[in-house]
Amino acid sequence: MALRLPAIMRTTAARLSALYFILFALCAILLVHYMTSLSASILTAQTMETINEEVQGLDRAYRRGGLPFLVRVVGQRSRQPGANLYLIADVNGRILTGNVESLEPGVLETEGWTEQPFTYQRYGEGIVERRAPNVSDLEAPSATTETRHAAIALVSRLPNQMIVLVGRDLGEPERFRVVVQRALIFALSIMAVGGLLIWYFIGRRALKRIDSISDAGKRIMGGDLSGRLPVTGAGDEFDRLSENLNTMLTRIAGLNEGLRQVSDNIAHDLKTPLTRLRNRAEAALAGNPEAEGYREALEATIAESDRLIKTFNAILMISRLEAGYSAEQLVKVDLAAATRDVVELYEPAAEELGVKLEASVDGSFMVDGNRELIGQALSNVVDNAIKYSAGADEPTVRVSVERTDGGISLKVADNGPGIPDQTDRDRATERFVRLEQSRSQPGSGLGLSLAKAVMKFHGGRLELLPGEPGLTVAMTFPEAKSG
Amino acid sequence: MKILIVEDDREAADYLDKAFAEAGHTAHVARDGETGFALADAGDYDVMVVDRMLPRRDGLSLIAGLRSRGNTTPVLILSALGEVDDRVTGLRAGGDDYLTKPYAFSELLARVEVLNRRASSKEAETVYRAGDLELDRLSHTVKRAGREITLQPREFRLLEYLMRHAGQVVTRTMLLENVWDYHFDPQTNVIDVHVSRLRGKIEKGFDSPILHTVRGAGYMLKAA
Repeated sequence: MALRLPAIMRTTAARLSALYFILFALCAILLVHYMTSLSASILTAQTMETINEEVQGLDRAYRRGGLPFLVRVVGQRSRQPGANLYLIADVNGRILTGNVESLEPGVLETEGWTEQPFTYQRYGEGIVERRAPNVSDLEAPSATTETRHAAIALVSRLPNQMIVLVGRDLGEPERFRVVVQRALIFALSIMAVGGLLIWYFIGRRALKRIDSISDAGKRIMGGDLSGRLPVTGAGDEFDRLSENLNTMLTRIAGLNEGLRQVSDNIAHDLKTPLTRLRNRAEAALAGNPEAEGYREALEATIAESDRLIKTFNAILMISRLEAGYSAEQLVKVDLAAATRDVVELYEPAAEELGVKLEASVDGSFMVDGNRELIGQALSNVVDNAIKYSAGADEPTVRVSVERTDGGISLKVADNGPGIPDQTDRDRATERFVRLEQSRSQPGSGLGLSLAKAVMKFHGGRLELLPGEPGLTVAMTFPEAKSG
Repeated sequence: MKILIVEDDREAADYLDKAFAEAGHTAHVARDGETGFALADAGDYDVMVVDRMLPRRDGLSLIAGLRSRGNTTPVLILSALGEVDDRVTGLRAGGDDYLTKPYAFSELLARVEVLNRRASSKEAETVYRAGDLELDRLSHTVKRAGREITLQPREFRLLEYLMRHAGQVVTRTMLLENVWDYHFDPQTNVIDVHVSRLRGKIEKGFDSPILHTVRGAGYMLKAA
């Protein structure tokens, strides 16, 4: 069974806050522990130092005045308020003088320092005087209930086997420890509360942003490709993520639109010839069953399917070029040489139609391109120019390459009827657009669209300009990048 | 000629089988890449026609596999993918020619016959001869019946290609690919005009025609 935490607990912010809280708490505990043990050992050393001094003082008193003087001194010191313990006992452990009423059994049998802190009871029914100058805010231990205390002591023996114990109450380091412990608990609680607050606010904020992004994502997945992810304008990482995803969505929508257009075009322009194809076959079947008739019908069918295939190829090519079909790497191509090749290819065909094909392409003009695509685009344009100028007086098509401000311009100018109207010129490069005056000419209506797509693919442009008379097609390539 | 057809579409394969037989060749059919590879590896074929997309092992991998085993049988790749770089990948994998579907059988037949490895390779010869027509590839001169004929550079290359494949049908697209290095279809049939110009130069004033038009297919250079 998987335990489902509430959403806010499952955020990254929450996990990070928890992790940091645990880490900081561990560090704090370690640090405090180290400091306490260090201070405790310093305090213990101080205590032992004090005891040593006392013992030396008593030793001097014993040497000066013997046992009676020692007893007197111990009696005096016992009455002074303080944390020091004094005790003189006989060999049997009977207490002769001092400020200790009873001891943990066995303490007097030790020789030297007591190994462990021991408990004792002060003389006078357990009423203990305690001084706590630095921890006055601490609650003073209740004398009536707390009668036994921990202490350490140095036990020594006089030459006559009497026992002298000098010790010191451990209340002070004990209280110090308590203070540190309380401080630690206090600090940890503040950290915990702070961590929880930060966790809650950051986690909730992140959750809200993520939720709005994933809601938008769901809408888009639901089919609304025009939808975009919210950008708050804060410029934070969520905004950057949303912006990038939005750019991606725009690109996808563009490709999708292109795909839709292609299928529309295929439906539109391939259905008509397919219908024609079918009608022709049907008519042949229904007609006079003679070998000659069938042959004619079949040949017409093949010719029609060949045209269909050409149209289909052109549509596919245009869409791939428009989709930024980049598998074909651009290389350095001499545009002048590529142009001369196409002119040379078309020259005899032009002459056949009585059209003069003139080329002024000298030298070399390097562009980043694809010779095959440039050749295809230019041959479409030249083909058109020859076709449309054929009826004119002294029909001439001029092809030129020159460097202009905007790059390298390849121009094909004819002196045919041209396209006088600006709107018509703009429309002429759209897919399947065949202007009224060109309906009689054969062609798919894709030649100029393909040329335009090729130019777009090369980062250039194709423009139709009015000639005097005729039409000039200008294909402008960007200069080749050096290197 | 012994031809291996590797094509997964049953109808297309049967059609090719029959059509090659009618053209006087023997054809074997494999319907997937692995079978095709096994047949090609074991058999002694003159030309292979390989579809690019095949079950079990794709066409390009099949060709690369054969080439790595030292098999040099000429291969014509058939593919629905017809972009420039598709063609380049195909030829780089070891294919010798590339034809995009749909195609006319006459085109396929002409290309397969040109690829035939048993046909004497004229690549190394410096002088091509067909009847009384003679082309010297080193001095770039053309003579017919001892009379020199002046040709433009492109016309020379056109005639060179036609003479290298003398006696074989050469299609318009083959000419466009090999003489002009273009793989697209010009809308007007520009190649015909080039050929008729060349024909004018090498036939005018001579007794017999030598450059023939093959109806529905292309051209053939052949001495009478």
